[in-house]
This record gives sequence, structure tokens and C-alpha cells, in this order.
Amino acid sequence: MQSRSSAANNLDPGKSMNKKTNEAKKVSPKEFKPRIVAFVCNWCSGGEEVSSDSSGVRIINVMCSGRVTPGLVLKAFELGADGVMVCGCEKGACHYSFGNEKQAEMFETSRKLANLIGLEPERLRLDWLTHDGGRLQKAVAEFVEHVTQVGPSPLKKSGGTG
Amino acid sequence: MKGTVEAIRATSARLCLDCGKCTAVCPVARVNGGFSPRRLVANAVLGDSEALKNEGIWHCLTCKLCSERCPSDVDYVDLMKVVRVDAHRGGEQAVCAHGSAFQLLMRIMTTPELKQKRLEWLTGDLKVSEKSDYLYFVGCLPFFDAFFEDLKTGQVQIARSTVKILNAMGIEPIVMADERCCGHDLLWAGDVENFEMLARQNIEKLKATGAKKIVTACPECAATLKLYYSELAGSLPFEVVHLSELIDKSLTSGQLKLKKIDKKITFQDPCRLGRFLEVYEQPRHILEALCGEGFKDMRRSRNSSVCCGTSGWIHCGADSKAIQTDRLKEARQTGSTLLATACAKCKIHFMCAMKDVGFPEEAKIQVEDLAVLVASAL
Repeated sequence: MQSRSSAANNLDPGKSMNKKTNEAKKVSPKEFKPRIVAFVCNWCSGGEEVSSDSSGVRIINVMCSGRVTPGLVLKAFELGADGVMVCGCEKGACHYSFGNEKQAEMFETSRKLANLIGLEPERLRLDWLTHDGGRLQKAVAEFVEHVTQVGPSPLKKSGGTG
Repeated sequence: MKGTVEAIRATSARLCLDCGKCTAVCPVARVNGGFSPRRLVANAVLGDSEALKNEGIWHCLTCKLCSERCPSDVDYVDLMKVVRVDAHRGGEQAVCAHGSAFQLLMRIMTTPELKQKRLEWLTGDLKVSEKSDYLYFVGCLPFFDAFFEDLKTGQVQIARSTVKILNAMGIEPIVMADERCCGHDLLWAGDVENFEMLARQNIEKLKATGAKKIVTACPECAATLKLYYSELAGSLPFEVVHLSELIDKSLTSGQLKLKKIDKKITFQDPCRLGRFLEVYEQPRHILEALCGEGFKDMRRSRNSSVCCGTSGWIHCGADSKAIQTDRLKEARQTGSTLLATACAKCKIHFMCAMKDVGFPEEAKIQVEDLAVLVASAL
């Protein structure tokens, strides 16, 4: 229970996120700056810098993409994220043998649940990155662009009570 | 703890005789010596609020078997509901299974603007209508299928079967694209605020359809709508029935005729359908119509039935697996080759248990939902 709630705390970017998204809804589409939560594997892209242009992006380092359950993806959406991305190691390069394969399966579940609940498919993204680095920035920038086009998340921005 | 203090009075907890029957029949206490409903009630009565905050309150399956046995009629399960609400308000969280995915989906569903895609299971051969006296409240079946794809429990098949059965009765039910989860699991996780948000939206939407009968194939939806929505809204302008009640009536009147299934079948009473709604006979009538002499009850059945081991996606663990294995063995001991249940979650939990490495061969049995069985015999 302790670990679960602390994971939720890590995910919770605080009230500022909710507040800003609310504000984002009021501004014109051009000015909309999406709030992105990116779960990033420590081994392929952990610690990589993401440029200051992406100020709406929250990077959450995990030890393996296999840690990112559909529950965590949904939690990010519940807290007001406009888009959620998961970055893991390329096929055959997982530090823990098959964590990325597990993520591939779980991502499929996250995608299906998001679709059923009424979230556009563009709000979810999975990226396989190499260990040589430098690819996170590009992936994030692309994702920010896509989510900007989709617009603010339809979910209530007051956040959940859970 | 104000709620708990009031609940102690309302649930007759002070009349507890300390006889321990609740703990003696508790399925969790049988496999987990550290868990005791009797001790929890004793602590509640003694006003030991700290003791109520322990993790034990999330172990309870809320299956109501203890209340059934209590000579003093202590409504233990209702007390547990209030204790959990107090715990939740105090910042405690239920230990939720599957990374809380289902509770999160429910909380997300409180958003009024949401445009869900929850009717993609509807195929062309199924007849539904915009206006009818009957409304089919589908519940979370499509979400279960998406989440438990590897278990292949065929959840939307239950939904399709339900519409097929209703069609055979001459009913073309309304189905709501903007239906919300009934909130059952949030209510039992103590998150009464979000439960009420879901309930109020559903009540409003259900009222707007003008339907007079709400049919559900899920006992949890049925119990929640019937017992707890009416608590919130006072009287409701519709009646809530479980599919098995409707099928039973149609079989008795001769409106519905079923082909025989050549199988030996036993039945798992879902807690919400049995002890909460007291629907015991109807599913049995249906199964007897399906397989005649081939139907046989388990040793512990009807109001003595044992829960499928997990409730409300809370606290699934070794205790749950032990309860499930024991129950499936009991099902096999009847000589049956098929275990029928009338709850989507019972089916998921039993099928999940059977996938475990080292699950005993002598406890393996086919599990199927009553609606699917009936639809296959139309």
C-alpha cells in the first residue's frame, strides 16, 4: 500500500498541473500547451534532458517500462494529463530481459481502455528508444505536437479524490 | 468516526454476543487466521478507532455470510461499508487489485462530458430500441474484456446473450451509450463521494429514458441500483430486476422455451444476487429447465454459499486464491462438469485462479455465465 500511494504521489504533479490545464481550456487553441506525462525507462533514456520548450512535460523515471501498468497510465489521465507516453528499450535490449515485452502487452490494454472510456488514440504513445540517447527529446516534441492538435483532455480537471 | 458511531447503532453492533459465529463462517478467516470479523465488531463497539484503521477492513469480502449467521442480527457488512467510508475520508486507501485500474476508470467516468465507446459489442443481429419499457444496464463488461483479454472470459458475450434472450422474449431494450459504472466498487472501497457522482448521473439518465424496468445481468449492478440508488434518490420511477428473475418468469409463463443441454451443471450463488437480493430459486429453475436432473447444488449453497474470493477489485491475494481453489473443488465434487454463475466477476475470478501454476487438476471445471448458457439454448 505504501509503495502504491508513493507512486501515485510521484505521479501527482500537484495542483499547478490541474490549474494550468484549466487555464489552457480557456485560451485559444493556438495557445494550448498540453500537459504530458512521460514514463521513461531509466536504461534507455533516463536522465536525458528535454528542452525547456516542453514545459508542460512531466518526465517520470521508472526502472523499466514493464513497471508502467494500465493503472498508472489511467492515473495520469485522471489527474489531468492531456497525453501519456511510455518510453522503453528496443526489442532485445531490455535490462530485465522482457520488461519491454510486458509493456507492449500492457500498452495494448491501456490503449483499449482509453478508447472505451472515450479518450482519443492520439493521447497515448509508446516509444522504443536506443541506449545511445538523444531520441527522447525528438519523441517528446513529436508527441507534444500531436496532442496539441487533439486539444485538451475531456476529463474533469478538478482531479480525482482517490 | 461520526459515521461509524451512528452505524454501530444502526447495525445493532452493540447486540453482539461475542459468540464468534461470524468468524467461524467467514471464508477469509478460514484461510487467514489473523482475520476476525468478531474482533472488528468488538473493536468498533469499544470505540477503538485506531483498530478499525488496520488493513483488516480491506480483507473483508463483504459477502454477508456472517450477517446471515449472526444470532443477534448484527448487520456486519453495512457496518463495514461505513467503516470503510470513514477510513477513506481519513486518507486510508483500499488495497486495490490490478493497479487500481478499475477504480480509476470509475473515477474517470464521473466526468459528465465523457463520450464513451461502450456499445461497440452490439452486433447487427441484436435488436435494441430508443424507446421501450425495458432498459438493459450493461455495466462494465466491455472494460473487463479489454483488461482480461488473456483470460478469454468472454464478457461481452454475456451482454450479447442478454440482448438475445430479451429479444426472444419480445423485448427490444434500450441500451445507453453514456451509461456510467454503477459505482459498486467505489462504494465498497469507501469512496462514497465518487460513488454518488456516478449514481446521480445514472439516475438522471435512467429517468430520462422513461424505462419502467431496468434489467441487468450483473448482480452488483442490480444490488447497487436497487438498494443503494434508492437510498440516495428516495423512490425511483423504475423497477430493477436481475436477468435471471425475468427469464424465470418467462419460462413459467411458457413465453420462453429452452432446448436441453446435455451437461452436469452446478451453480455459484453470487453474493449480491443471493444474500443481498435474495434471488436463490430463479437461477435454479432456469438450470433445471436447461439440464433437468443434471443440475446439482454444491454442499454450501443458497444463503450458505461461499464467495468467489475477491470483491470490488479489492485485496486479491493468497487468501483469495485459497478460497477459489477450495470452492472449485467443491464444485467438482458434485460430479458436475460445468459451474454456472450469474456474475461476470465470479467467472473472471474462478478462471483466473485456474490459470495459476500448480492449480490442482482435480479442481478444474468449465465456468460459464447463466445468460450465455440460456442464449445457447434458445
